[in-house]
Amino acid sequence: MIYREAGDFSTTYEADSQTFPIRFDRYRYYLVLAVAFGVIPFLVNDYWANAVLVPFLIYAIAAIGLNILTGYCGQVSLGTGGFMAVGAYASYKLMTAFPEVSVIIHVILAGGITAGVGVLFGLPSLRIKGFYLAVATLAAQFFLVWLFNRVPWFYNHSASGQISVPERTVIGVPVTGPNTDAWAKYLICLVFVFACAWLARNLTRGKIGRTWMAIRDMDIAAEIIGVNPLAAKLSAFAVSSFFIGIAGALFFSVYLGAVEVGEVFGIQKSFLVLFMVIIGGLGSIFGSFAGAAFLVLLPVLLKNILVGTLGWSTDLAAHFELVIVGGLIITFLIMEPHGLAQLWRLAKEKLRLWPFPH
Amino acid sequence: MPDQLLFAIEVTLNGLMAGVLYALVALGFVLIFKASGIFNYAQGVMALFAALTLVGIMDGQVPFASLINAVFGTEIHTFGWQVPAIIAIVLTLVVMCILAWCVQRFVMRHLVNQEPIILFMATIGLAYFMEGFGDLMWGADIKKLDVGLPQGINDTIDQVTYGWFGYGFFIDNLDIVATVIAAILVIGLMIFSQYSKQGRALRAVADDHQAALSVGISLNYIWVLVWSIAGFVALVAGIMWGTKSGVQFSLSLIALKALPVLMLGGFTSIPGAIVGGLIIGVGEKLFEFLIGPMVGGATENWFAYVLALLFLVFRPQGLFGEKIIERV
Repeated sequence: MIYREAGDFSTTYEADSQTFPIRFDRYRYYLVLAVAFGVIPFLVNDYWANAVLVPFLIYAIAAIGLNILTGYCGQVSLGTGGFMAVGAYASYKLMTAFPEVSVIIHVILAGGITAGVGVLFGLPSLRIKGFYLAVATLAAQFFLVWLFNRVPWFYNHSASGQISVPERTVIGVPVTGPNTDAWAKYLICLVFVFACAWLARNLTRGKIGRTWMAIRDMDIAAEIIGVNPLAAKLSAFAVSSFFIGIAGALFFSVYLGAVEVGEVFGIQKSFLVLFMVIIGGLGSIFGSFAGAAFLVLLPVLLKNILVGTLGWSTDLAAHFELVIVGGLIITFLIMEPHGLAQLWRLAKEKLRLWPFPH
Repeated sequence: MPDQLLFAIEVTLNGLMAGVLYALVALGFVLIFKASGIFNYAQGVMALFAALTLVGIMDGQVPFASLINAVFGTEIHTFGWQVPAIIAIVLTLVVMCILAWCVQRFVMRHLVNQEPIILFMATIGLAYFMEGFGDLMWGADIKKLDVGLPQGINDTIDQVTYGWFGYGFFIDNLDIVATVIAAILVIGLMIFSQYSKQGRALRAVADDHQAALSVGISLNYIWVLVWSIAGFVALVAGIMWGTKSGVQFSLSLIALKALPVLMLGGFTSIPGAIVGGLIIGVGEKLFEFLIGPMVGGATENWFAYVLALLFLVFRPQGLFGEKIIERV
């Protein structure tokens, strides 16, 4: 009854082609933004920020990045962990080399550096595709992690081989380091998520996004109608890596504070982000958020139930979690291969017609 | 002969042996990919699961002991008997066949006609599931696997080469056995697919699903068969790697090592898997030996991938892969 487009008239082209053409959607979106920016920062405590909200926001950026590459441009990548590591190490090097520059600029620059690395490892995509490319991106994953582990310059010759973040402030409020408040962590991530999602949404519905989708749907046909595969594929790699690099930089500087590259940015991270994209829905910005929320919340929930309520030992619960996650992924793929975003779309279709069946 | 050259030869030989073990895992991938077009990421975890099951049966562990103990508050761990290796291997094979049937019945049958990437994701889900399931069933501690394969340095080769060059080559008995078994396995699989009725059906399905269906080949049966054979190959690989380095989680990571092997050899070629395995095995050992010390070591983690990547840029279908023809 409430979700209707009746009476919603677009009088300009801009109004017709906006992201949320239905008024209800638009107000819901503003409401979500208002709650996220205006309410949650006052309520959030350390547990919620560290266990749920901050990882959710950061993974959402990474998932948007991978979704651009895999969901929109059709190039499967298993190198997400490696690219996140590039972002983390780039931001670390920048932060220690230029302490007077704002951390926000460092994070964005780290994204830019990752974009460059992404283009480099995206070059083979011009020759190979599909599984071959997926496996080729594993080369990026393993090589980058090895590089950051073995070359002392990257971790400033620290004895432990770890990188740990110095304290940096934005307008006088610390956002990195041990003295950061929960709300500051949350808010800085939220700003980046908002900017990234806005950028990604507008890129994907513009010209460049259409060339990506043309390449995804059939690259030879796209080439024949005049899409330049070189530019399309490499720009997808660049934009995707840019987002993933920002996610990596935030993951290191705001969320964890100290990073050992093999543990944090290993192959498991690549799979985790890929799962988020698949479960959320390929080729959907909303899907990236849904997938990230699902896979961040699920382990927390399972751990609370199994360890907290049933009193199982943690390693038993960890094994059980693997079984559940694996089972859920398979179930999802069988029931709805297009992910949570498709379920959301179906629900909206139903709501539009409700209470009538057709 | 100079020492350095002798070292290099020894490293090459050891690389060849390691390559055979990679090839063994890659074989399982190729079999499933050929027959069903599914890129089975779970192959490595299948090897781990097979090895875990084998050890569990041999030691008479109670399946799901830790789970049962946690739920009912009991303290059971083993049945208190030992099963001979050969019977345990047969029982494990039965378990792998049941697993193959379950995978086909509960997962793959529902995903027919989906895009390859979805199928690939499903096998990653399967890998997670089986990893957790195997740990729940048999416990996650590192286990020792001993089915009576010879281990340790081969004295004959050591002495003979010492007699020739004044330097004894170190070659592990286990590697020699693995090479022999892998060779037998490959020849056996080739004979099976060339001359047996099931093998022909398998090749027919690999060529064209619909044509195979229309001449009366049951796809369901073939897929269960293929997953069972892949389970068998996984068991052999699991025994070899498990004997070499203990049954533990890292065993499942050999799947990642097998991927570059596949890329080199081509996803659809059994000889390709073998040759690719050998090239990767020798390549990474030699690279680690010659270049490794200059760049800080542990190059084995990535060398195979970078080699495969560079190779693919020049020959996208791999060494022996079928030529990729694209039509609009």
